[in-house]
Amino acid sequence: MIQIRFFASLREHLDTASLNFEVNNEKTVADIKQQLVSRGEKWQFLSERDVLCAVNQTLTGEDAIVNDGDELAFFPPVTGG
Amino acid sequence: MISIQEQDFDQGAEYNSLRANADSDGAIVTFIGLVRDFNQDSSVSSIHIEHYPGMAEKSLMNICLQARKRWKLGQIRVIHRVGLIQSSEQIVFVGISSKHREDAFRACEFIMDFLKTDVPFWKQEGTPSGMKWVNAKETDEQALDRWSK
Repeated sequence: MIQIRFFASLREHLDTASLNFEVNNEKTVADIKQQLVSRGEKWQFLSERDVLCAVNQTLTGEDAIVNDGDELAFFPPVTGG
Repeated sequence: MISIQEQDFDQGAEYNSLRANADSDGAIVTFIGLVRDFNQDSSVSSIHIEHYPGMAEKSLMNICLQARKRWKLGQIRVIHRVGLIQSSEQIVFVGISSKHREDAFRACEFIMDFLKTDVPFWKQEGTPSGMKWVNAKETDEQALDRWSK
């Protein structure tokens, strides 16, 4: 089981702050994103927009491997400062 | 060294603290970011900043460590506010001491440039037509080019 978190406009659009996700075998961020997108119309937002991802609170590319127990996050480009 | 907080900060107190610990340093550079009362095509009365707790601290810490590897620095202090902030209030503070001014100036710009692109903060602006998420600027990403040389 991994935890997936969503932030800012992405969280609002998906109406989801976090969810638990079962990973049975080795998966990349891109694999998981694809599975989320296939959940329905509103989830397509994930592939239509510029979305950043982090595994265990470190920015990564979508080819990063996600292991059981990891924390995965998706969010829009950051706008602090 | 790093604080993410709702409350405002006192530049004078932060400067005094840097100065008190700046053993044999010859320069202190500070930067403060403020909330502008306008953006693109509308007036802005306030902003709201959301962050990713844990990751924001971790990535800021990492940027400060990268700065330490590039330049000879004494003290580093970074404060970033979150939550509701009114127009013209302070958002961010970066303060650095170093033996010579060039290292402190450069490190201050380096930290702000990477804070803008890598640290998970998201801003909403209060405009006459309601709260609006701010889009990331391409120029912020382009600003990083100078550090890859």
